[in-house]
Amino acid sequence: MFRFFRRPKPEPSAPGAPPAAGPETAPAAAPDIAQVEQEQKQKVELSLQPTRRGIFSQIGELFAADEITPRLWDDLQDLLVLGDCGVVTTNFVLDELERRVTRERIKRAATAYSVLKGLLVQVLQAPLNTHRPPWATGQIMPRPYVMLIVGVNGVGKTTSIAKLARYFQRLGNEVVLGAADTFRAAAIDQLAIWAERVGAPLVRHPPNADPGAVVFDAMSVALQRGTDILIIDTAGRLHTKTNLMEELKKLRRICEKQLAGAPHDVLLVIDATTGQNGLQQAKIFTQAVDVSGVVLTKLDGTAKGGIAFAIARELGLPIRFIGTGEKLDDLAEFDATLFVEALFT
Amino acid sequence: MFETLSDRLQAAFQRLSAKGRLEETDVDEAMKEVRRALLESDVNFKVVKDFIARVRETAIGQDVMRSLTPAQMVVKIVHDELITLLGEAAPLLRAPKAPTIYMLVGLQGAGKTTMVAKLGLQLKRTGQSPLLVAADIYRPAAIHQLETLGKQLNIPVYSEGTKSSPVTICQNALARAAELRSQTVILDTAGRLHIDETMMDELVQIKAQVNPTEVLLVVDAMTGQDAVRVAETFNTQVGITGVILTKVDGDARGGAALSVRTVTGVPIKLMGTGEKPDALEPFYPDRLASRILGMGDVMTLIERAQEEYDVDQAKAMEKKIRTATFDLEDFLSQLQMVKKLGPLQQIMEMIPGMGQAMRQHDVKVEEDDLKHIEAIIRSMTPKERHRPEIIDSSRRRRIAKGSGVTTQEVNMLLNQFKQMQKMMKQMGGWDGKGKPPRHIRSMMNMFR
Repeated sequence: MFRFFRRPKPEPSAPGAPPAAGPETAPAAAPDIAQVEQEQKQKVELSLQPTRRGIFSQIGELFAADEITPRLWDDLQDLLVLGDCGVVTTNFVLDELERRVTRERIKRAATAYSVLKGLLVQVLQAPLNTHRPPWATGQIMPRPYVMLIVGVNGVGKTTSIAKLARYFQRLGNEVVLGAADTFRAAAIDQLAIWAERVGAPLVRHPPNADPGAVVFDAMSVALQRGTDILIIDTAGRLHTKTNLMEELKKLRRICEKQLAGAPHDVLLVIDATTGQNGLQQAKIFTQAVDVSGVVLTKLDGTAKGGIAFAIARELGLPIRFIGTGEKLDDLAEFDATLFVEALFT
Repeated sequence: MFETLSDRLQAAFQRLSAKGRLEETDVDEAMKEVRRALLESDVNFKVVKDFIARVRETAIGQDVMRSLTPAQMVVKIVHDELITLLGEAAPLLRAPKAPTIYMLVGLQGAGKTTMVAKLGLQLKRTGQSPLLVAADIYRPAAIHQLETLGKQLNIPVYSEGTKSSPVTICQNALARAAELRSQTVILDTAGRLHIDETMMDELVQIKAQVNPTEVLLVVDAMTGQDAVRVAETFNTQVGITGVILTKVDGDARGGAALSVRTVTGVPIKLMGTGEKPDALEPFYPDRLASRILGMGDVMTLIERAQEEYDVDQAKAMEKKIRTATFDLEDFLSQLQMVKKLGPLQQIMEMIPGMGQAMRQHDVKVEEDDLKHIEAIIRSMTPKERHRPEIIDSSRRRRIAKGSGVTTQEVNMLLNQFKQMQKMMKQMGGWDGKGKPPRHIRSMMNMFR
């Protein structure tokens, strides 16, 4: 999965040639894919533990009894709703499960349990199959690969960007950041601190400058440098604010104008504690700027993250990454099986 | 939308015969829809369960009020019960001896820092000389964020950088408050997980050292089922005295508020309704109840319209209309009053169902229309504004050019205005009972 995202190491400079330009601090270590994958798995499991101890582990208990009882269905419905899966998705999953149980004459609760897990994985996996990012299909990555990060206020965009930067750096990419949140007090400073920690160049303008100008600048810098990845931070905005959504559309257009095909990824950051409104957020943002994937943050809390199922099922949007803490390393590429597994085992 | 839940209940009731009383089967049927509506609003599932049981008891055997359908009767019962549960709005407490200390706590991203600034502004305006305290030493640039806000609003901020402990910072802040003779101290703490023992302990320590008048839990209105667990934990471990709901200007139905209130018994005190420092409103249980049921936020709209309406201005305007001296200059000032109500888009979206309908059909209220009208009038000379009848075609061309519109648009405005003048002559004057003149009322009615 990570393979195609790896950049070949730069050619050693000829003697006498100037050293290759790059970030001055924290050079990326040579990527060890296997190690990264292993760490990913551990991290996801660890961070999802609070969730596990919560209601989803209760689902496991439900199925411990030998037989399938009517009570089982009611309790299951309650638990899925409690996990923020939403009424529609819950009904869908239960209807499907019931269909399978009847059709396959499943008697034992444990079997039904596996079927349920399989169904949930399927729900999450479907969009991942139909929306495979270029790096997963072996295509040559455009350079710069431009990622626009959007979302409502307070979800964790800026922190996620720092994590994404570190993540891609560890795989051998040069990352440049763009501070296009020129509205929120000290937002630029916040990203600047992260940029320094991560050792990524930051394109910034003074506060209250036109965010479009920052995007334009960031694109120019990234193009000129031949950087691998450009990640652009935008101001948090409620999807109900039409003028702000219009502004976001404009930012997207500016990317497009400078590089055909950009932005290559518009990632919507959603807080795992968000209830059903997360769906509405995803809908409206997608309508406005064609969201290509979701980053689901704050899964280290007790929120069950059930909104992931609803988003995948009802909007067909792939969850790309999950955020599992406030530190730089607290990011994992989304894996449907791992996610469901960690919730139930 | 009142229509949506009511419609759904209506459909449910139509399957049963119309009655003058709510029978058990009717109510059970209706409760399914109500349950769904509440869950979709993010009310905690357990809270919904208890709530439905309560309402069910109240509803069965109830006589249907004469002017209501059975469906509407159920909604009314549910609505009333919601209001009761949400509790009375409670004001922020003041300490018997200055300074009053407010400690804001909550999860990451809830909106604490912005809320601290908003509270500061409100208190400053009411002469309670606030001191804001930057006790978040973890989040990059958190201190700078609060300092920036303080500077913008001209409110003092106490900070010690990220090297001191938050407990120390808060203690020292009190000394600073004494120096400054601040009446209120507002502590901005770092966002934290309720399951982070170390961080929760930090709050306990701060509280012990500082003895705040209020510990306010800041909750994002879009929080889902987990709101209960968060609130319970904060309350049990730290003890909260009030809840502040933020980002209410979104379209989240806000069921989390009901959950938090029910489970902790702590009153909701304030609501954050925007990113600007003045976007702070008291808590209105009836409005939130409507919103949770999906009935839109009608009250806020009407109140805002009434706030902006200036009685003296109205009297003067009424005189002008009566004596037929209402001209384009006056029209311009009326337009600006309408503008002050807030972005038209936001206002339209407060109307039940309007927001969604507009989004569905991709309708946008054009602020530009108002802007165009304003521009046209501004391109006129004072004489032309007072006596629009002198505006001949060459003048129209000039005006069109000056305001960046077509001559047709200028014509349209002038025609519409002429019609308006005619209408006003016919409308008559003041009611004598203190009600605003009809044309103002009809403008306000536009928003009902």
